[in-house]
Amino acid sequence: MICASDGAWATARSSHDPRDALSHGRRYHRPVSQTASAGETLIRARGLTKCFGAFTAVDGIDFDVAPGEAFGFLGPNGAGKTSTMRMIGTVSPVTTGELTVFGLDPAHHGARIRARLGVVPQADTLDSELTVLENLLIYGRYFDLSWAESRRRANELLEFVQLTERANDKVEPLSGGMKRRLVIARSLINEPSLLLLDEPTTGLDPQARHLLWDRLYRLKQRGVTLCLTTHYMDEAEQLCDRLVVMDRAKIVAEGSPRELIDRYVTREVLELRFHRPEGEADDSGVLGEKLEGLAERIEQLPDRVLVYTSDGEAAAATAYERGLRPASVLVRRSSLEDVFLRLTGRSLAE
Amino acid sequence: MSVLGLRVGRPGAIASRRSLRVLEHDLLVFRRGWFSYLLSGLSQPFLYLLAMGVGLGLYVNRNPGALGGLPYLDYIAPALLVTQAMMAAAFESAWPIMGKIEWDKTYLAALNTPLNAHDLLVGDLMWIAFRATLLSVLFLVVIVAVGAAASPLVVLAVPVAVLTAMAFAAPIMAFTATQTGDSGFNALFRFGITPLFLFSGTFFPIENLPVFLQPLAWITPLYHGVAAARSLSLGHVEPVGLAVHIAVLVVVAGAGLAAARITFRRRLEV
Repeated sequence: MICASDGAWATARSSHDPRDALSHGRRYHRPVSQTASAGETLIRARGLTKCFGAFTAVDGIDFDVAPGEAFGFLGPNGAGKTSTMRMIGTVSPVTTGELTVFGLDPAHHGARIRARLGVVPQADTLDSELTVLENLLIYGRYFDLSWAESRRRANELLEFVQLTERANDKVEPLSGGMKRRLVIARSLINEPSLLLLDEPTTGLDPQARHLLWDRLYRLKQRGVTLCLTTHYMDEAEQLCDRLVVMDRAKIVAEGSPRELIDRYVTREVLELRFHRPEGEADDSGVLGEKLEGLAERIEQLPDRVLVYTSDGEAAAATAYERGLRPASVLVRRSSLEDVFLRLTGRSLAE
Repeated sequence: MSVLGLRVGRPGAIASRRSLRVLEHDLLVFRRGWFSYLLSGLSQPFLYLLAMGVGLGLYVNRNPGALGGLPYLDYIAPALLVTQAMMAAAFESAWPIMGKIEWDKTYLAALNTPLNAHDLLVGDLMWIAFRATLLSVLFLVVIVAVGAAASPLVVLAVPVAVLTAMAFAAPIMAFTATQTGDSGFNALFRFGITPLFLFSGTFFPIENLPVFLQPLAWITPLYHGVAAARSLSLGHVEPVGLAVHIAVLVVVAGAGLAAARITFRRRLEV
């Protein structure tokens, strides 16, 4: 409830923050939209809070996930994403607030909820003493499938994640991407209607990520509801219909990737990098002067300057006219990374 | 339905069908190594009985006053049967369980299914009981083969050994769930398990211990397991004494299970 009563989302920022001068002048009040009606909500959270001792990992968040949706939690490490996922997965008790999954209370119907959930945890948690196929078989048994049914589904799923050739291999020699695909196959053995994915592609190379995204996209087309966490903006943009941005245990924004970008940042971003020879004094004051009025908003990061503008090329030209000589210039479309920076004053990547 | 004396499947029962799934997992892993396990399960007792019962026994038996004229082999065989079940159970409830909690985190994967922490605890305890049974039966075969048992009651030394194994496994599993690494296990084995192995009336009567240490032996579960198994193997059964030994083992195993239920939940359901 702390979030709801607070009014403004970006409480971490002080009112005399220089960024405010450059902002649109509109404060970003935005209550959580209730897109799903109670009857068709898969997950419903109100004032959901998780504390570990004196530490608040999740601080009164509200959200709904509707069937068939791909819903994401975007935020840096430590924002409370995993704690939220573990509460939804009924493996971590809710401290206070309200949470229902499939309309059931996790505190009383944990086993029933888990029977219908698929979970891809952050760590692979594969059994190194078993083969690829056996990892799936025994997991099917945990869901009370017969050995025959478990075997049928396991073979189908190995096909789906392209691991059929490795069925009788041990798990350890598999690549990171293959292990991740095996974990996804494992999470599908009970044919879940809701799949929870906690940082599904962290640590994978680009090729492995794209293969994984493709599989997740196919699941979504089959009507599986996806609920995932990520600190990659491109992953959120690729996979999520709707997402919430989390920071320091709270939800700071909510919407579709496109909506968030339209609402909080400009169409384009001009990135300027400057060489600063070692030992030379910090000239950011001078730089700031020269940049002033160049665009609606300017962010000075340690390694580069971000200029938020509707026309990046024009802003670059103006910067040259003012005598700025950046070492490199890049005009790009704005992204969720920029949204996060705007909302928190910090970059997503550590 | 009853598995290893535990009621299964009824509401409120210690074991549920879900904990049997955990046992199935362990058997699936075991399927790969069972042959070498059986081989070592047969050769270990043979080597122990040869070295200690026969080799060391040659000297012990020369003193007709020692052990009331009882052959040392007959004296030590049931004790070794119980201690090796205890040792195996102590090991199995430490490192492999730590692996499932912390290193491989396979417990965390299992908790995302309808299984809960209690199912994992009971399932893996059943597995340890299964292995203790297997080892003890193999040991029994060797004891009977070398003629080291005086009474057919020696077959009852197997359930006594399994009960002793549980009296160690349950409290050690409770301990394991409080640990984050295996350094605590080194201390546990060096200062707990090994001294028990040596001084619980296994190799010599506890009456030979200094008087002030004897009460210490009485409260250790291994002493009661060894004494019960020995009385059965020798055919010198005192019903009251045997009942006390069994009761101590049941109480320790039960207390360990109760403690492990708490530590497992605290560790895994946070």
